Amino acid sequence: MRQPVGLFSSYTWARWRPDGWSLGVFAIAAFTAAPILAVVVLALTSSPDIWAHLAATVLPHYIHSTLVLMTGVGVGAFIIGTGTAWLTSAYTFPGKAVFEWALLLPMAVPAYIIAYVYTDLLDYAGPVQSVLREVMGYRNARDYSFPEIRSLGGATAMMTLVLYPYVYLLARSAFLDQSNAVLEAGRVLGCGPWRNFFTIALPMARPAIVVGVSLVMMEVLNDFGTVDFFAVQTFTAGIYDVWLNMNNPAGAAQLATAMMVFVLLLLAAERIGRKNKRFDNVRRSQPRSKTRLTGVRGIIVFAACLAPVALGFGVPVWVLGKYALRFYETSLNLSLLTSALNSLMLSGIAAFAAVALGLFMAYGVRLNGGRAIKSAARLASIGYAVPGAVLAVGVLLPLARFDNAIDAAAREYLGFSTGLLMSGTIFAVLYGFLARFMALSFGSAESGLARITPSMEGAARTLGASRWSVLRRIHIPLLRGSLLTAVLLVFVDGMKELPMTMLLRPFNFETLATFVHQYASDEMLEESSLAALGIVVAGIAPVIALSLSISGSRRQ
Amino acid sequence: MLMPMRIRHIFYKKADTAMKTTLIALSFVALQAVILAPPALADGKEVNLYSYRQAFLIQPILDRFTEQSGIRVNVVFAKKGMLERIRAEGANSPADAVLTADIGRLSDMVEAGVLAPVKSAILEQNIPARYRHPGGLWFGLTTRARVLLVSKERVKPGMVTSYEDLANPELKGKICIRSGKHLYNISLIASVIAHKGPAAAEKWLRGLKANLARKPQGNDRAQAKAVYEGVCDVGISNTYYMGKMQTNEKKPQQKKWAAAVNIVFPNQADRGTHVNISGAAVLKGSRRKAAAIKLIEFLSGDFAQKIYARQNFEYPVKPGVELHPIVKSWGAFKADTMNLARVSSYRREASKMVDKIGFNY
Repeated sequence: MRQPVGLFSSYTWARWRPDGWSLGVFAIAAFTAAPILAVVVLALTSSPDIWAHLAATVLPHYIHSTLVLMTGVGVGAFIIGTGTAWLTSAYTFPGKAVFEWALLLPMAVPAYIIAYVYTDLLDYAGPVQSVLREVMGYRNARDYSFPEIRSLGGATAMMTLVLYPYVYLLARSAFLDQSNAVLEAGRVLGCGPWRNFFTIALPMARPAIVVGVSLVMMEVLNDFGTVDFFAVQTFTAGIYDVWLNMNNPAGAAQLATAMMVFVLLLLAAERIGRKNKRFDNVRRSQPRSKTRLTGVRGIIVFAACLAPVALGFGVPVWVLGKYALRFYETSLNLSLLTSALNSLMLSGIAAFAAVALGLFMAYGVRLNGGRAIKSAARLASIGYAVPGAVLAVGVLLPLARFDNAIDAAAREYLGFSTGLLMSGTIFAVLYGFLARFMALSFGSAESGLARITPSMEGAARTLGASRWSVLRRIHIPLLRGSLLTAVLLVFVDGMKELPMTMLLRPFNFETLATFVHQYASDEMLEESSLAALGIVVAGIAPVIALSLSISGSRRQ
Repeated sequence: MLMPMRIRHIFYKKADTAMKTTLIALSFVALQAVILAPPALADGKEVNLYSYRQAFLIQPILDRFTEQSGIRVNVVFAKKGMLERIRAEGANSPADAVLTADIGRLSDMVEAGVLAPVKSAILEQNIPARYRHPGGLWFGLTTRARVLLVSKERVKPGMVTSYEDLANPELKGKICIRSGKHLYNISLIASVIAHKGPAAAEKWLRGLKANLARKPQGNDRAQAKAVYEGVCDVGISNTYYMGKMQTNEKKPQQKKWAAAVNIVFPNQADRGTHVNISGAAVLKGSRRKAAAIKLIEFLSGDFAQKIYARQNFEYPVKPGVELHPIVKSWGAFKADTMNLARVSSYRREASKMVDKIGFNY
């Protein structure tokens, strides 16, 4: 073997020697980070100064509401996500087999749709307030007060309901990987179930939970549909305002860059916080033992798992179904089917491509822990925190430049024009998806790899296995759960994706999300509710198949 | 659990394999779509449109154009980043024309230098001068007025007759409006700046802000709803929302919202009501300019003006074209005659003013 076996020693810049894996990681990172870098470059172009005006007026509001929203949704998703993940992995109780996958379902509901649905239910004309007026004899809105759903609190609740599954999914896969022996040791040493959870299970699942919560927070940062609908002025709302109302794309790019830096700092702070801790497990040799909960405790746990599913999935599907029955003919035509196929195709390809590239990068980082390579991988997975339409501009800038350069070269040397080869094609949309969703696949793969003990691959390498064959024969089988998780996350997010598809798509190309948007953007979701339901339903099948398959991978 | 161990095991395997097969199949479909993208047709056979207006609004009229002319229209609809796309694609951009839903986007494109001047006797004849760019860079196709929807029950006729009245302290807590940052409001504020100067406009906007019943939110339709619900007495809205509510058979409650309000066309005694346009322009990089101009000419003609305007309860720009009966029922009004390009030049200032006075909080 040419390479030293000391796989995990920290390479410094001076000692770093290019090898195939590292170059591969850099190439992938450059490819996915190009749109992000394009946004940064755009930010550096001269533009009328926007900061003085913003700082003197709305910037404090933007920062305040963004931080409140991020913290609120982050904490909410953490509590619901890890709580239900722990319940379904450490206990058996009535309905557990169904909750295992049902708890994922709210993920298939786009945040702006759940916001719309609850506004319909809870505003003045909705059933809740109507009944209230009927019962109490109020005549109009001036007679009583009712909490306003279109508010920061409302936005926090809505986003928590559809985003907690990210935490649930990652936390659960970490809990299921945990060794029985460790938890039983805790028991033997006198830890009750609560203490066992807080002092052993939860800290051991930290990398996965952090990935989940940071994905949730990045979703919150990049969201525009929900906060716009609820009239909450977040940083992202500010970015769009500077861009579109003040016609200052460079200023908007500066704001977006500031937001990315903030996310990178946050992630770095978390990494420093867990420095030198290791999270790999002794692989369990026997199936995970589960405590059976019955009686009152069973009912409480049942209710705790039912509530997020009912509120985050049951209610929106019920309301959308009701609309769809009334308004089906607007959307029930051939173009709906084409849109659905387009959605499935884009999300499917993006899911596999993102996971393949994410795994490659994560393994490359594990092989060569140098700072440069780590930074490159982090940068490549920051696209998730950038508002979609801004990142879409970041995609089209380098792509169009590349296309135009090829065209110019062809004209010069070959005497014909190639036109734009990739801009405005499905490839451009897929590229956008990769730039955006790399955080999902890289994060899942990296947190999964962190749970595999280095001694296992050390042994394999000592026995002469190449790095490819270690990846293929040891990591991929062990990571199956994490990788399927990543496929699921990217697929479902792809089904919901809107701003990238809108801007980068070819002519006459619709997905379910763009179809819904042309109505929903003018608060006419009812008209396109059948397509909206399509997004949700299309998300269900893979959610169920994958979660069965993920549980299956633990049982082998 | 539900299934015996062995069967469950097989089931997981199957689910897994089935999914893999499906996804692989889908990948092939995608590849084919990329490789077998339909070849571009020669000039005169098709025209490519970048649209800020939703497909369902424009598709019917585009279909009529194709029927009549044999020219196929390909559309991409997007609201954000279209200008950046046009600029990045540069001379190789496949797009020939743009459709927008307001003057702001057209002005941005003029500023960016991506539009081609068009000289067309038909367009000049059909479209009054104030609804087109002096150099032929863009053309208005329909107009909509920004009006006040006042409660029939609680507002006496003559109590609110102008935009300036909205700042009147008598209306404290009685006005509803959508986000001050929405382009319809930005355009309205810009028109006040254009007419009255920035200082007076800011004083006015502060007065309006002080009179709001609630934080700016919802779309224009939601303001009529709020008046119906008693949240406020005066809403600010574009005219076509009234038409959509008055005729909404699927959501009959909206007819009640519309029935609760009277339309007031503001400033009839002086400068006239602020109007905005939806418009079209030909792109500089277009290689099918003749077809693009043909499309815009078609949209400005009698037939299309009637249909296109009716579709969304807007006013045709071409004088003498028959109005939708509902639109007609709102009565004739005097529109602000200031050229929209000039109004639009104050948009940035309007947006900063909204920030400065904290209008949206």
